[in-house]
Amino acid sequence: MADLITLTIDGRKLKVPAGTLVIEAAKQAGIEIPAFCYYEGFSLQAACRMCLVEVEKMPKLQPSCTLPAADGMVVHTESPKVADARKGMLEFLLTNHPLDCPVCDKGGECELQDMVFRYGAGESRFTEIKYHQDEKQWSPLVYYDPARCILCYRCVRVCDEGLGVGALGLTYRGVAAEITPSHGDHLECDECGWCIDVCPVGALTSGTYRYQSRPWEMNHTGTICTHCADGCKTTLSVRNGAIIRANNRDRSGYNGEFLCVKGRFGYDFVHSGERLQSPMIRKNGKLEPVSWSEALAAVATKFSEIKARGGKFGVIGSTRTTNEENYYLQKFARQGLGTASVDHHRTGDVPALIDALSGKTDALAAMADLYQAKAALVIGADLAQQHPLIAYQLRANYRHHKMAAYLVNPGASREEQYAKKSVHAPPGKEMEAVASLAGELKGHEDLVVIFGASLRGEGVRQLVSFGDTLGIPVKYVCLVDYSNSRGAMDMGLVPELLPGYRSVREAGMEPGLALDEMLAAKDLDALWAVGANPLESAELASSAAFVVVQDLFLTETARRAEVVLPAQSAYEKNGTVTSVTGEVQKLKAGAKVMGTKADLEIMGLIAKEMGLNLGIWSPDKVFEEIRRTVRGYNIPLPVVATGGAAQTTPVNGRVPAMPRPEHIRPSGDTLFTSGTLGRYSKRLSSVMEAPGELFKG
Amino acid sequence: MTFSPQLEAKFADLITHYPEGRQKGALIPMLLYAQDEVGAVTPEVIAEVASRLNVKPVEVEEVIGYYTMLWRHKRGKHHIQVCTNLSCMLAGGEELYAQVSKKLGIGHRETTPDGQFSLEETECLGACSWAPAVLVNYDFHMKMTPEKLDRLIESLGSKQ
Ligand code: SF4
Ligand code: SF4
Ligand code: SF4
Repeated sequence: MADLITLTIDGRKLKVPAGTLVIEAAKQAGIEIPAFCYYEGFSLQAACRMCLVEVEKMPKLQPSCTLPAADGMVVHTESPKVADARKGMLEFLLTNHPLDCPVCDKGGECELQDMVFRYGAGESRFTEIKYHQDEKQWSPLVYYDPARCILCYRCVRVCDEGLGVGALGLTYRGVAAEITPSHGDHLECDECGWCIDVCPVGALTSGTYRYQSRPWEMNHTGTICTHCADGCKTTLSVRNGAIIRANNRDRSGYNGEFLCVKGRFGYDFVHSGERLQSPMIRKNGKLEPVSWSEALAAVATKFSEIKARGGKFGVIGSTRTTNEENYYLQKFARQGLGTASVDHHRTGDVPALIDALSGKTDALAAMADLYQAKAALVIGADLAQQHPLIAYQLRANYRHHKMAAYLVNPGASREEQYAKKSVHAPPGKEMEAVASLAGELKGHEDLVVIFGASLRGEGVRQLVSFGDTLGIPVKYVCLVDYSNSRGAMDMGLVPELLPGYRSVREAGMEPGLALDEMLAAKDLDALWAVGANPLESAELASSAAFVVVQDLFLTETARRAEVVLPAQSAYEKNGTVTSVTGEVQKLKAGAKVMGTKADLEIMGLIAKEMGLNLGIWSPDKVFEEIRRTVRGYNIPLPVVATGGAAQTTPVNGRVPAMPRPEHIRPSGDTLFTSGTLGRYSKRLSSVMEAPGELFKG
Repeated sequence: MTFSPQLEAKFADLITHYPEGRQKGALIPMLLYAQDEVGAVTPEVIAEVASRLNVKPVEVEEVIGYYTMLWRHKRGKHHIQVCTNLSCMLAGGEELYAQVSKKLGIGHRETTPDGQFSLEETECLGACSWAPAVLVNYDFHMKMTPEKLDRLIESLGSKQ
């Protein structure tokens, strides 16, 4: 630790490392110094003068956000002189402020309101007419009201430094000074909405939430984003059963406040008019709404009949359902239906990595490692487009610790803004490019390697052998695309593997059909798709197959089904999911959509109808079973229960049977798409014009 | 977008006047010269200059808003700036401004429909000793009188 110095703040003696800013030193002691422009983790601005403090032996008040603590310093944060200065500053800030708090989205959670309340700057000596500019819409999601803006530059900095987008700036001067978007009158940006959240006042408002509610009229539920595998914590704000806002201002997850456009705005699919709200059965060629009991009985009867005659099942699980649901589904398939044909849409070769790491400990990177590692090697991944949180973590690591980034990609990516070295190599030629970096990589204390689906099977093994030659600690992330892609693999939704990467042969079975093979099998008797849409881009060869679909929408697969069961999204249920970095986090139900059921309950009810005993189907009970029986998942319960992320300790040994890498198909999603789900989000579709191609040249 | 060979040559030379890594200092002169040639700082000019100096488009936006000499809409072929700052005002600058405005039918930062003239009320031109002063593009016209101003505008108009 750096040298400690001693200073006194408001009569309390504190020891802090030399160089600590006074505002931070005070915070550590639980003393809050108000500030608008100061924002932890971003560059210093010293623009708002709210954090002025009195320091003994210094002639003037000092901005505590840029003042390093010095030995023997005596600071007063709330002396009458300080309070008076703050009151004066507030009076200035309100000179042209419209004071339209009663209709402002921020009213009730506005930092300016709070400060004026605290320092009582209720009266103004200005009698001049207020300078006013009208509100502008910059994009479908971002509105700007210059009259409310206090020019703190928070938005400018999060966009530029945090995301590397740099879509906001400051233009004009004097009273006319205001924030300007990247393209004159409109924004072309990531549309992440962080600028809106971080705005201390109501100057930036969101297209989704504006004029929807007063902040105190909502209930808040912290859960995990359902769009990509990065596992951001998102806090859903719900009013009258409907989600009207998502953010993470309490910084509760490993993503802190970060969310991309999907996490912050992409929840609207939940309340899409196209949601299925009643079970349906095909009658005379048409899907007709029926009761749950009729639908469940129909499925159970048919499944029992096919099972009895030794028919051929194909079971396709989801990359978005919970671990509990995935676990239960494979158990249902293997034990209940007696089939080994279980699969899901695979997007990365996790088993190959786990196998290649056999015998090593601590070699799978957690999300926090991406912020701490001294160097990072990214192979075949357009992170800013496909893994926004990973991109954010690496950028923050570079900003704060000067992490050295190396890229091996087929084209340009945003990480090139700060990368130490970037090599363009087409898929299949990555390893040569990687090998050429060996000399430089060896020079770092440690390394994290992040690779996409172009490396699989043998490629992954070569990568790990390469890592071994570097002689430094190396950790890996195998990128997968969907919110519970990793959990689907861990829970054994593959023909070759049981949960915890055990061979199906242990259960006395031979590996069954992979997803493509099920679709191609002309003699398939039943296809059960749980939260999956395999027929989006493929045909079902067996015309006689009895198709059962559990989903939110009438997808291509559901249209072909005999029975359709309306399921719940991740935002409507409890359970756990596992992120791309193998960290288990808890889902908490926020919204409710009438007529739907969680997939776990649906499966449980079918099992009951069929007279199968597969155990209790409550999320907690199934999770308990997972913790007890699935290798790697014996994670500390309190961490998960309290909303933390617990990394699974992977199997430290060879994976006994390898799922075939040719069945891996990356989603190809960009920042503004999200598989089948994205189609039903009006918000995501509304910003489609923004840059969305992968690996822009 | 490409500019005339003369302007390209000017830009090529301009960039060499700034130290390595600080080329973005050339932003303001580049915008001014580009505006002289194109007539305005159009979105194409913004994108082009931003990419040549490797700055983000929003940095160009910031500069355009800050400096009143940079226009997003087309200026006239003859851009008339009338000084109404103290010395010129005392010598009749405000009246001269009103005269041009009336004659051309345009106001501050406006352009005639035929694209011939634009008008701007400007701060000190540094010509106080010869007040009132008028600037047409880069040419000074000093000790202006209403008559001289009329003749000036007419001669500019006939020049086309
Ligand atoms: S929405 Fe995100 S990317 Fe767009 S301007 Fe705001 S912070 Fe920047
Ligand atoms: S818009 Fe908000 S965050 Fe941005 S400068 Fe203005 S007050 Fe600050
Ligand atoms: S990065 Fe992924 S998990 Fe995070 S908000 Fe975006 S889509 Fe959701």
